[in-house]
Amino acid sequence: MKIGLFIPCYIDQFYPQVGIATLELLEKLGCSVTFPLEQTCCGQPMANSGFSGLNKGCDANFVTNFSGFDYIVAPSGSCVLHLKEHLKDESRREESQKIRDTVYELTEFLTDVLKVENLKADFSYKVGIHSSCHGQRGLNLSGMTERMLPFFSKPEQLLKMVGGIELSYPKRKDECCGFGGTFCVFEEAVSVKMGKDRIDEHEANGVDYITAWDSSCLMHLEGILKRQKSRIKIIHIAEILNSRNSASYKKI
Amino acid sequence: MNPKHADLAEQFIADGSRTNWHDDTLWFVREKRDKAAHGLPEWEQLREWASQIKNHTLSNLSNYLEQFEEHAKANGIIVHWAADGDEHNQIVHGIIKRHNIRKIVKSKSMLTEECHLNEYLSHQGIEVVDTDLGERIVQFRKEPPSHIVLPAIHLTKKQVSETFHEHLNTEKGNNDPQYLTEAARQHLRDKFIESDLAITGVNFAIAETGGFVVCTNEGNADMGAHTANVHIASMGFEKIIPKAEHLSVFLRLLARSATGQPITTYSSHFHKPRPNQEMHIVIVDNGRSRQLGRADFRNSLKCIRCAACFNTCPVYRRSGGHSYHTAVAGPIGSILNPNLDMKANADLPFASTLCGSCTNVCPVKIDIHEQLWKWRQVIVSEGLVSTGKKAGMKGMAFVFSNPKLYRLAGRMARWTMKIFPFIVSNKLNVWYNQREMPEVPKQSFREWYLENKKK
Repeated sequence: MKIGLFIPCYIDQFYPQVGIATLELLEKLGCSVTFPLEQTCCGQPMANSGFSGLNKGCDANFVTNFSGFDYIVAPSGSCVLHLKEHLKDESRREESQKIRDTVYELTEFLTDVLKVENLKADFSYKVGIHSSCHGQRGLNLSGMTERMLPFFSKPEQLLKMVGGIELSYPKRKDECCGFGGTFCVFEEAVSVKMGKDRIDEHEANGVDYITAWDSSCLMHLEGILKRQKSRIKIIHIAEILNSRNSASYKKI
Repeated sequence: MNPKHADLAEQFIADGSRTNWHDDTLWFVREKRDKAAHGLPEWEQLREWASQIKNHTLSNLSNYLEQFEEHAKANGIIVHWAADGDEHNQIVHGIIKRHNIRKIVKSKSMLTEECHLNEYLSHQGIEVVDTDLGERIVQFRKEPPSHIVLPAIHLTKKQVSETFHEHLNTEKGNNDPQYLTEAARQHLRDKFIESDLAITGVNFAIAETGGFVVCTNEGNADMGAHTANVHIASMGFEKIIPKAEHLSVFLRLLARSATGQPITTYSSHFHKPRPNQEMHIVIVDNGRSRQLGRADFRNSLKCIRCAACFNTCPVYRRSGGHSYHTAVAGPIGSILNPNLDMKANADLPFASTLCGSCTNVCPVKIDIHEQLWKWRQVIVSEGLVSTGKKAGMKGMAFVFSNPKLYRLAGRMARWTMKIFPFIVSNKLNVWYNQREMPEVPKQSFREWYLENKKK
């Protein structure tokens, strides 16, 4: 099974430890993983701003880098959702369709393809789960409070395999954090207020960490937490699933 | 240029306690809706039926409208067709003039808000009394409603008390809701008794019977229609449903989605005028046929105006209805209003994080957040975004098309942030106003990979 690792641009630049955890985790689980070296971005920042028309070059570069894999895995629900819905290269339709069909967000790849049932991970902290919207509602990584269907959660299922971890949800279980791509600057007031409200609920639960399956939500929440000089830290779910020993765990 | 959503939202949020209260109140309504929906094991099935009935109706709209007209006329109702808001207002004014009527009551109708009927009639020297309690409050204050189901939800008890003191001469400083409601009740009772003409909205018009249904919790539509000699019902043409039996789907969804009630207190069925009463229906297009012709947006016309998408929207709850500067606010408003005036409402599809909550709460399965995304593409292709944003996006797209340039830009950005943090950590950077920048790592993932993994 040949796996192409897609590390979204802002994770590559600002959160390399998330990429490292993803790669190590997949390799631990016996996958053969390649990181195509000329990859850049999925194209979402432009498309969500209304500029999908500018994405030809970005899409073409993605198809060039990620053709020929059995699966493509990325530690981001949002970028994966964008690729599934919008990646297109008119001159290589078959290849782009195949990428859309085989690109997976990390946790769904673990539960649905690898069918992971146990993990040798250990993380002895109280962790608040932030249900990043695009993965949750877009990729169906978990049930949602709007729908009257039995609840399930692929990320939670995996987190429960981690030793020592104590999980909690905020009072409003799946409300958006307010990042929203360029929304976070063009609608700064609402964006920050939404983030603060999420943080207040996690704080009330007394969590040590807030985790999510999108570093974009976490970057936004981290920005507010740091400004507030909060003791709560953020951590991507890949880092928890890859963590070995909580005593020696530290940011890479 | 009119103020945009982001600016109006910022003004709203400046009052922190009011914002929290607004957010909590509407979230409470959303939770009531969840409980009511959980009570029906067939909820998701009902949504699917509602969606299919509406899709079918929109695909056969002209037939059902003509059927409705035929049956309504046979029942003795006078049917009018209005191409736009102006024509609607002229028709209503014509009826009023013909009867030489001065006293008019109106129950809640978002369509008349959309057509600015009150404003139009007041220019003709005719006063209309809004009889929905919330609408009456905002009418006194000369404000538009901020929510299509809860028009005065942006106001506190204290503000209502002040308004009533000024207009109804209630006791100054008495904020007791029961006292205030009783005052409104007495005031409105007089208006009902005096009135000669009642205007109502329409929730559902039934093609098969030529009748229509008006849903209220206060019974004000009935009070108006039953005391006046002339009843005018205004409806957007998408309110049509094929059969009376379809009400068994929609009435169960509407109130549960709107307020968490099993059904509205009054679901009044009007079929024909009383003896000596005149009953009119004005069927309004006002841009709806244009929306119907837009493949990507036509199913926005499935909307039954329950406002569940308002109550669930984390942006709406924190920015208030007036920040949407249109008659219908919230997520549904943000996909309907660009059709009415794309330039004036070009900001609205961007007033969302695309979290998708609206789409999943919607009782008729409108893909609201996907339409928000699609409107963004239309608005950009029509050139309705700032040149600065356009240039920025072009630059980004260019960088992401060129891997070498992307890596260079990334290295430069990280280097700059490390060596000269003040270049980004300053007031010109909107992110930095209330958030710290991410800590800059020693190397990018790719650099780490090349050093540690690449054989």
